[in-house]
Amino acid sequence: MTQAHAGRHERLPLDPSIAPPGTGTFRDAGGIPADRWHADQNGETLVPTHCCFCGVQCGMYLRVDRAGKVFGVEPRNHDINRMRLCPKGINAYQQVNHPDRLTAPLMRRSRDEPFHEASWEEALDFTVSEIRRIQAAYGNDSFGLLGGASLFSEKTYLVGKFARVALKSKHVDYNGRLCMVSAAGANKLAFGIDRAGNPFSDILLTDCLLIAGSNVGECFPVMTQYLWGARDRGASMIVVDPRETAIARTADLHVALKPGTDSAFFNAVLHVVVAEGLADETYLAAHTTGWDEVRETVESYPPARSAQICGVPEEQIVQTARMFAGAERAMAWHARGVEHHSQGVENCLSIINLCTATGNIGRPGAGYGTITGQGNGQGGREHGQKSDLLPGGRSITNPEHRRQICEIWGIEESELPPAGTSMMEMVWQMQREEIRGLIGICNNPFVSLPNYATVKDGYDALQFHAQFDFFLSETATNAHVVFPVTVWAEDEGVMANAEARVVKHNKAQEPPAGVRTDTWVICELAKRLGAGDKFAFPDSRAVFEELRVASAGTVNDYYGITYERLEETGGIAWPCPSTDHPGTPRLFEDGRTYHPDGKIHMQVVEWHPPMDPYSEEYPLSLTTGRTVAHFLSGNQTRRLGALVEQTPRPWVEVHPSHGFRNGDPVRVVTRRGSEVFPALVTEAIRPDTVFVPYHWPVPTAANALTIDALDPRSKIPEYKVCAARIEAAERIDEVPAPPTAPGHLAYPETQVSRTDPLPPTAPQGRGTAERS
Amino acid sequence: MMGRTIFIDPGRCIGCQACVSACRECDSHRGKSMIHLDYPDEGHSVASLPTVCMHCEDPVAPCAEVCPADAILVTADGVVQQADTTRCIGCANCVNACPFGVPKIDLQAKLQMKCNLCYDRTAYGLAPMCATVCPTGALFYGTLEELQTERPGVQVADSFTFGATTVSTGVAMVVPADKVQWPVPGGLPVVEINGVDVSEANANKGGGGRREGLR
Repeated sequence: MTQAHAGRHERLPLDPSIAPPGTGTFRDAGGIPADRWHADQNGETLVPTHCCFCGVQCGMYLRVDRAGKVFGVEPRNHDINRMRLCPKGINAYQQVNHPDRLTAPLMRRSRDEPFHEASWEEALDFTVSEIRRIQAAYGNDSFGLLGGASLFSEKTYLVGKFARVALKSKHVDYNGRLCMVSAAGANKLAFGIDRAGNPFSDILLTDCLLIAGSNVGECFPVMTQYLWGARDRGASMIVVDPRETAIARTADLHVALKPGTDSAFFNAVLHVVVAEGLADETYLAAHTTGWDEVRETVESYPPARSAQICGVPEEQIVQTARMFAGAERAMAWHARGVEHHSQGVENCLSIINLCTATGNIGRPGAGYGTITGQGNGQGGREHGQKSDLLPGGRSITNPEHRRQICEIWGIEESELPPAGTSMMEMVWQMQREEIRGLIGICNNPFVSLPNYATVKDGYDALQFHAQFDFFLSETATNAHVVFPVTVWAEDEGVMANAEARVVKHNKAQEPPAGVRTDTWVICELAKRLGAGDKFAFPDSRAVFEELRVASAGTVNDYYGITYERLEETGGIAWPCPSTDHPGTPRLFEDGRTYHPDGKIHMQVVEWHPPMDPYSEEYPLSLTTGRTVAHFLSGNQTRRLGALVEQTPRPWVEVHPSHGFRNGDPVRVVTRRGSEVFPALVTEAIRPDTVFVPYHWPVPTAANALTIDALDPRSKIPEYKVCAARIEAAERIDEVPAPPTAPGHLAYPETQVSRTDPLPPTAPQGRGTAERS
Repeated sequence: MMGRTIFIDPGRCIGCQACVSACRECDSHRGKSMIHLDYPDEGHSVASLPTVCMHCEDPVAPCAEVCPADAILVTADGVVQQADTTRCIGCANCVNACPFGVPKIDLQAKLQMKCNLCYDRTAYGLAPMCATVCPTGALFYGTLEELQTERPGVQVADSFTFGATTVSTGVAMVVPADKVQWPVPGGLPVVEINGVDVSEANANKGGGGRREGLR
């Protein structure tokens, strides 16, 4: 290099002790303490908190001006993300003072009327009178509650307690049901604990990384630093995904299997592991049950058979087995691509079987993990928001667990309702008028649930529907009452990220006048329902103190976690049974699982085809997923100018063999309906598969096309595969505007036409394709 | 040895535009991003590539050299600043001179704007906003040694040929280890004239670099 530098300027010497790159922050360097809420000379305060979006939970500072308003973001050197942020995280702060914020309760007596602004008293009283009316006429279980996994854990605890104690209904569930419950179910079956086995930092130590059904580059961009950090240290990488994602492109082996065939693939990989004598029989003998049955089952999955089912070359199955089993330390991480299936639990179990059979459990750099989609997808179900769970991950069907929780809540065991049904099943019950009233809290099923026609039908059949939200979501437009609640930056609370690391979000600004916290609204409703004494919580901290006690002694033990400790440490992984316990970032280090016998309970997995059969009429697989610029139902990100500009509308990704050109209008038809999208022609997808991102409402909603088939155990919908066909269309439908006028976007110059018919300039978030 | 600078690694770019969003957050040009996210081989590949100002060093920044108003300052530590608001006349000479297509003109304000390597941060030894947030490390800020410690065996280039001219830059580019051709060819090579393949002839002239380096 030296000859090129002749004659160039000498750089000024910089003192690396001020702040080495990638550590500290701008304000640290300026001499202003960054970890405390001190204002600088301009009156600017940096409030340490975390991103409100995905399960990575990147640390960030919110910049707060002299008037106490959030106006920007500053990277934060938190252990999880080490300053890095994705575009969603950088733009998240713009929703705090967004003009679309709801600032007064909206109300109407029937859906024929327009909304009018109501007082809090009026809205709360009307809601309670409707709850009483419906429950008096049809029974307590005729009123349901649907929570959300974007809520802090304190609020999810309150949702579960409110449903059972104040509403006295068994019908409570949450939108984490659409996220990682398959992985949760599989982990519980195999290990007796519902969480990832290893922290993200273990990825850096591994020798072989298997990523299955996860578009990490777009869905969890900040995690790529761990993946490529491992690659830099020489780890090999296998990616199993029907699409050539940015991560797949950089892998040593990309297995582009047909959607819905994951367990057939992993069974065959295990078949090869057994056949080639690569299984760790010593580990299996000491730490597992069920291995003989599993070994017998995978015998009937020779690579030739699975290669045919999965539509991949036989060699790739053999190669996967040799790479994974041959590594000293191997890890498997998976996400919705594996979990969103009618056999989601089985898919996860087939991966667990592979990790277990090769002895890759509970060691640094060896283990398994699920990459949570929602910020609190992990924590959201740990404390009783899920229909079959009580706080601390207790089972609602276990008499001992019921007794314990009734004691804490101060109710009789006979008063505690039994298990309810899952989110999608509740919609079917609404259709059948078994559930006639509903409160939805920070969820948007009109975009996020499959088979939109059914969802709309179910919600339209409700006699009363109330929704908590800070923007008027598509689902909220169907409601009778909309409660305007705080965004994440206006309250404090904890979330558990994909590593089961509990992190604390801090309050950066006061909510606008007229806006209340979810905690306040739930407690007010409880008071009016006659359960005020059990909901005397002034704030999140008070709820957290009860949650700690309620979780003590369970597998999901939060007792040793306090707000103060979280602020000092940057996060503690549960279980954490005492205040001097360091937390448990890596599970099973002592070789014991959370089953009473301490063993891994290996489960037999048999592959079966997806629920929506292929036919001459519907020969292709439709699969769905995310883009880097948007989050879930898009209620938040579809209002932020920079993100709208980046990805203004959905598209359909098709292989060139179908004869379309980029931008052509293509009609995607399934048994549920049809919609038109601009084509994004790419070789990065299987010829028998098409892909549509799901963040938009009808008429460009992927979930108007997907099937509402459920996994029988986890009740997760089969978003990732249904039968479809594509045909040329004449024109592309307009992208609908959000339910309210978009208002003043943060960056008017970046606002783009919502009727732009073209797909994005390149597949979102894709890297260089080296095809030579 | 190369000082602390930005290294661009196109192989790691996932096109997520976190750099673009982060650049908008900079106090010096809040609301406007000075990064181009390019799709160099659209239609055939899904490649993406963030382009920041390359902070040309030798010859000293063409944008600054052609500026009739002397509005573009090159600091002693090699950072090519954006135009001085009191001097810039918005003539766009700099836009035409830049071989990397970096400067932007705000026509209403008659003002040139470009990446100034987040001078408010780098002056403190901190990474620029784009390289701070880049979730994949496609933009890395530090010294070559720091980069090589993190990514053993990584190869970089900081000279680019445009015809007969070679430009050395303050910002460096990661190049594939098995395809190190340096200086890296810039611009679009002429490979065919009237149906005649001239790529071989081009490869033998100018800059001393061979043409089949980066694609």
